[in-house]
Amino acid sequence: MTGGLTLDALVLRLGARVIAQMSVEVAPSAVLTVMGPSGSGKSSLLAAIIGAAPRAFTVSGRVLLGARDVSDAAPHARRIGILFQDDVLFPHLSVGQNLGFGLPPGQSRAQRQTAIDTALERAGMAGFAGRDPATLSGGQRARVALLRALLSRPDALLLDEPFSRLDAELRAQFRAFVFSQTRAHGLPVILVTHDPDDARAAAGRIMDPMGRELALPGG
Amino acid sequence: MKHGQGGLGGASLLRQVPRVTLLLLFVPVLAGLLGTLAPAFGTGEADWWAAFDSLAAWPGLRRAIALSLASGLVATVLSLAITLLLVASLADTAMFAALRRLLSPLLAIPHAAAALGLAFLIAPSGWIVRALSPWATGWTAPPDVLILNDPWGASLTLGLITKEVPFLLLMTLASLPQTDAARRMAIATSLGYGQVAGFVLCVLPPLYRQLRLPVYAVLAYAMTAVEMAMILGPTLPPTLAVQIIHWMTDPSLAHRGTAAAAALVQLVLVVAALLGWHLAERFARAAVLRAAGSGRRWARADPPLRLFAVAVGFVVAGLLITGLIGLAVWSFAGLWQFPAALPASLNLTTWMKSGPDLARTAGVTAAIALLATGAAAGLVLACLEAEHRFGLTADQRALWLLYLPLIVPQIAFLPGLQRLTLALGAENGVPAVAAVHLVFVLPYVFLSLGPAFRAWDGHFAVAGAALGATPAKVFWRLRLPMLLGPVLTAVAVGVSVSVAQYLPSLLIGGGRVETLTTEAVALSSGGNRRIIGAYGLMQMLLPSLGFAVALAVPRLVFRHRAGMRADLRAGSSGRTAR
Repeated sequence: MTGGLTLDALVLRLGARVIAQMSVEVAPSAVLTVMGPSGSGKSSLLAAIIGAAPRAFTVSGRVLLGARDVSDAAPHARRIGILFQDDVLFPHLSVGQNLGFGLPPGQSRAQRQTAIDTALERAGMAGFAGRDPATLSGGQRARVALLRALLSRPDALLLDEPFSRLDAELRAQFRAFVFSQTRAHGLPVILVTHDPDDARAAAGRIMDPMGRELALPGG
Repeated sequence: MKHGQGGLGGASLLRQVPRVTLLLLFVPVLAGLLGTLAPAFGTGEADWWAAFDSLAAWPGLRRAIALSLASGLVATVLSLAITLLLVASLADTAMFAALRRLLSPLLAIPHAAAALGLAFLIAPSGWIVRALSPWATGWTAPPDVLILNDPWGASLTLGLITKEVPFLLLMTLASLPQTDAARRMAIATSLGYGQVAGFVLCVLPPLYRQLRLPVYAVLAYAMTAVEMAMILGPTLPPTLAVQIIHWMTDPSLAHRGTAAAAALVQLVLVVAALLGWHLAERFARAAVLRAAGSGRRWARADPPLRLFAVAVGFVVAGLLITGLIGLAVWSFAGLWQFPAALPASLNLTTWMKSGPDLARTAGVTAAIALLATGAAAGLVLACLEAEHRFGLTADQRALWLLYLPLIVPQIAFLPGLQRLTLALGAENGVPAVAAVHLVFVLPYVFLSLGPAFRAWDGHFAVAGAALGATPAKVFWRLRLPMLLGPVLTAVAVGVSVSVAQYLPSLLIGGGRVETLTTEAVALSSGGNRRIIGAYGLMQMLLPSLGFAVALAVPRLVFRHRAGMRADLRAGSSGRTAR
């Protein structure tokens, strides 16, 4: 991959109040965990990084991918993927069409179909391309959401509490799957969570939304 | 940080769409008003006085004015009262659900068809008299009483109420969730208040704020309705609006000045009535607040009010539905003598005989409706998408402009618009009629589609953008397909509004564009009930077809998408046309 994800004096304000601020460099394959209670501006920080902060907010500072400054780029041109708490699979598209939506244009239909089938196979979901997303289990939906993000070939991946909806066992399993995939792709990752287990599994630096370094309790 | 918004030229174009759309609504109304008033003021002072002198010399003037005011105000007051009583005393009951299901589709029925159906029902030779004759009344021939076209405008007022109650009911149901009604009602009843009293004291004040513009539209429409008044209203003299049309369409052109002067009077009447209504709102509000302070609970009023509401609700729905069945039966009737309740035989003679004419007229009607609605849907979608992409907010002023064509009486600005289109050398063909229909179709399409479009989950757009999709791709591949149901419903609403238009087709078409509605109204003065029935039935069929498509297509397209079907079930209440 091209390089790490750098937040250079990124400050998110609502009026005069600072909601979140961060100056940090996340190397390829590394995971930065942002922890804090709900309502502490974690999700707004991720929205600012992908360029989708609500209009009421003002954002200053820079977001860099390797040497590429994407601070003024539109969200679709940044190449930063995101996974939400909800999987946000598009309900009007099949599983395969959801993955196809993420796949960049420019290949033949057969090549695109192969890419989709291969991704599903690697995730243990071979033959699911034609399925209605509404018929999948929670774990399967989460995996499709991840595959869709990876197929769009992002330069970084943001995780907005994507594990919190899953039950304990599934949660550990999916978490391991996500981190193995992001490492395999050499992606810098920012994980937002309020679960110390997530932070432990991420095995990287931990900060609060104001950019202060945290230590894991009892960890 | 600033965000690029896709193709720059396209983006700046899109940004202008809301402004252009509001101008499209505003300019024709304003230009039409000026054009209408111009002949009243003629070229010099002499013409001005001549026009008003000839209007003042018309012996029916005072009565026509009184009829306009009375039928309009009474119909509006009663429609609003019935609607609120229904919602207040029946909300959340099975009876209410049944009534709602009964009344909602009636919204799509053109005024003219509803009026014709009602006329067939209450005429001296209509179904009601037939059902009672001769065993109860002793009549073997239609009685010589003036029920239909009664000089007091009672049947006209009844007709207006049957059409306006469904409209106000759906507008109320659309606004109710924003008023926190359920919790307020729960508090009020737990304090010992009756259900109706609790509704009036706690829910009505915020609810009415949302209902104000629809109520103004109802008042302005009821005072100036032309096709309903032609079919049901008095004749000597008719209401002022109908008399204006008589003068306007007089081949001698000698009465143009008089018509223009009368249109000015009509406009002043409507403005005065709206101002009076606005004043009455304040008194009503003060009365409600005083009543809230009195501590009286009115709990014992509930049972009789509920009974009354159920009775009135079913009478309104029953009149409309029986009338429409009457239209259908007449169109297939063979010999049907008074006082037989049903025709001696049914046949297809009427349909065979007028088939070619009906098909041609239906084709023209559908073409106008699709042109106007297609343009309206495109503009509304562009407005809403611009609002979303550029963070624009529709303020109160924009809402007023949206309602402007629905509140300014058609009779006051369409004649002027007709003169302008003639002066501009526009051919008075189908495109011109469709263009003017757009002015009336667009507000309803917007009111129907707006809530669903704005309620669409923004997470999908963010997720799409994070996957590299441009705003255009998000719109075409995510938002539009996911809103297929609401979009098709809004199109069906638009089609039903367009099909129902009478004056725009008559005046802008210059008598050369024949739609189902202009034909049905033209036929109504003749006596051939079979052909009237056929035209009335076709008038209902066209909008019904639109709604059937809007229901069926999303279910078919998304038959393998359980997530979309849940959306369809949740989002099926967004209809707002009347």
